[in-house]
Amino acid sequence: MEAISAFFNEYGALLAGGTWDTIVMTGLSTLFAYVLGIPLGVAVVVTSPDGLRPNRAVHTILGWIVNIGRSIPFIILLVAIIPFTRLIVGTSLGVPGAIVPLVVSAAPFVGRMVEQSLLEVDASLVEAAESFGANMWQIVTKVLVRESLPSLIRGVAITFIAVFGYSAMAGMVGAGGLGDIAIRYGYQRYQGDVMIATIVILVVLVQIVQSLGDLAAHKLDKRNR
Amino acid sequence: MIQIEHLSKTFGSEETQHHALVDINLTINDGDIFGILGESGAGKSTLVRCMNLLERPTQGKVLVDGVDATQLSDSQLRTLRRSIGMIFQNFSLFQQRSVLSNVMFPLELVRADAKQSEARARELLELVGLADKANAYPAQLSGGQQQRVAIARALVNKPRVMLCDEATSALDTITTRQILDLLKDINRELGVTIILITHSLVVARYICNRVAVIDAGQIVEQGDTATVFDNPTSDVARALLGLEG
Ligand SMILES: Nc1ncnc2c1ncn2[C@@H]1O[C@H](COP(=O)(O)OP(=O)(O)O)[C@@H](O)[C@H]1O
Ligand SMILES: [Mg+2]
Repeated sequence: MEAISAFFNEYGALLAGGTWDTIVMTGLSTLFAYVLGIPLGVAVVVTSPDGLRPNRAVHTILGWIVNIGRSIPFIILLVAIIPFTRLIVGTSLGVPGAIVPLVVSAAPFVGRMVEQSLLEVDASLVEAAESFGANMWQIVTKVLVRESLPSLIRGVAITFIAVFGYSAMAGMVGAGGLGDIAIRYGYQRYQGDVMIATIVILVVLVQIVQSLGDLAAHKLDKRNR
Repeated sequence: MIQIEHLSKTFGSEETQHHALVDINLTINDGDIFGILGESGAGKSTLVRCMNLLERPTQGKVLVDGVDATQLSDSQLRTLRRSIGMIFQNFSLFQQRSVLSNVMFPLELVRADAKQSEARARELLELVGLADKANAYPAQLSGGQQQRVAIARALVNKPRVMLCDEATSALDTITTRQILDLLKDINRELGVTIILITHSLVVARYICNRVAVIDAGQIVEQGDTATVFDNPTSDVARALLGLEG
């Protein structure tokens, strides 16, 4: 008991700060990744050969962007885009420095997830909406997005968790957060107890996010009644 | 009145051409309950989808009250579609919307006043006998109830014409009968012209005043239901009726 309280006395504030940094970094990155990823996913669906506005050139180019974005390992992207990161937020360090590469890396991933969710919507619903005189924008918002909301929410939880993992890697380049703590204390100073504490916090956070995502998606899905 | 003149529809590219409809000519008068009969794959759905241009004909005209729908701009076409209701074999209700919200959907598209829309939607739910299900979701309803909601949704814009693509094919006999009776009422009391696709002779005979028989993309017979059923002249119609060629 004493050992535990002594541990928290010494590292409690550090771990709490790191946890907060990680949550902020992950939350903001997920948010911005969706700001970019939703239009990307919608555009891929709309321009597909049997989409609302088929456009082979745009569809192909967007497909490349998504695939290239997803095929570059995060740790390499992180370093490769440092000049770009500096240009956008003025630094490549700390939480702001981590958010830019996290967003660049997550947006294509989000684009693909959004695409998958929208494709789950039955084509006959799109046709029904067209038969009532819906225009393209109405079909996207009132049918595709609205009908796939539970699936989109599940996607948010998956993305948040993936970004969470990447944010720990960003700790390698001094981005702050739990990953940074694990590396500085656990790896460089051989403090196994700090390392284990960060792992426990990460696991618990992932569980919470996944459960919340599942719960929200289930509550929202009107097919489950 | 809907007049279809020399309408053809070809799917696929040059090499993989498939002639789904070939030189179709039809006239559907106001107040008709017009049946389009044919085997699966004959081209019935394609034909009815050409009537509100969900499918663009390769050739020919679709005259709705004298206006050629194939010549309309996108926004004119959307306006035209609002005057043509449509129901489907699998009901095509929005699963994440309540019954009331489903029925209000066509009005939401034109940003109609919310209060008036709701009153209108409730009126139609009353008409189809589902006033008490306004707040339910499609997944909680039986097939017959779902098709009633779809009928209410199709009528909410006060259309003059209603297209029904195999609207009763997923329903059992008794429910089919109830839906057909509802469609008859709608035709008689609201004066809505009904165009009904079916592969069932029983359905056609029960509700249609006129029918056309389609086979491999061509109309092989059309006329008053009684005439066609009593004196089928085409082999296909005779086969459909179970008579020997
Ligand atoms: N979008 C499409 N692309 C290619 N072929 C199609 C398409 N829609 C229908 N067809 C073909 O056209 C023919 C008629 O189909 P359809 O109108 O659905 O028949 P029915 O409703 O009478 O069963 C079928 O052979 C079908 O395979
Ligand atoms: Mg069909």
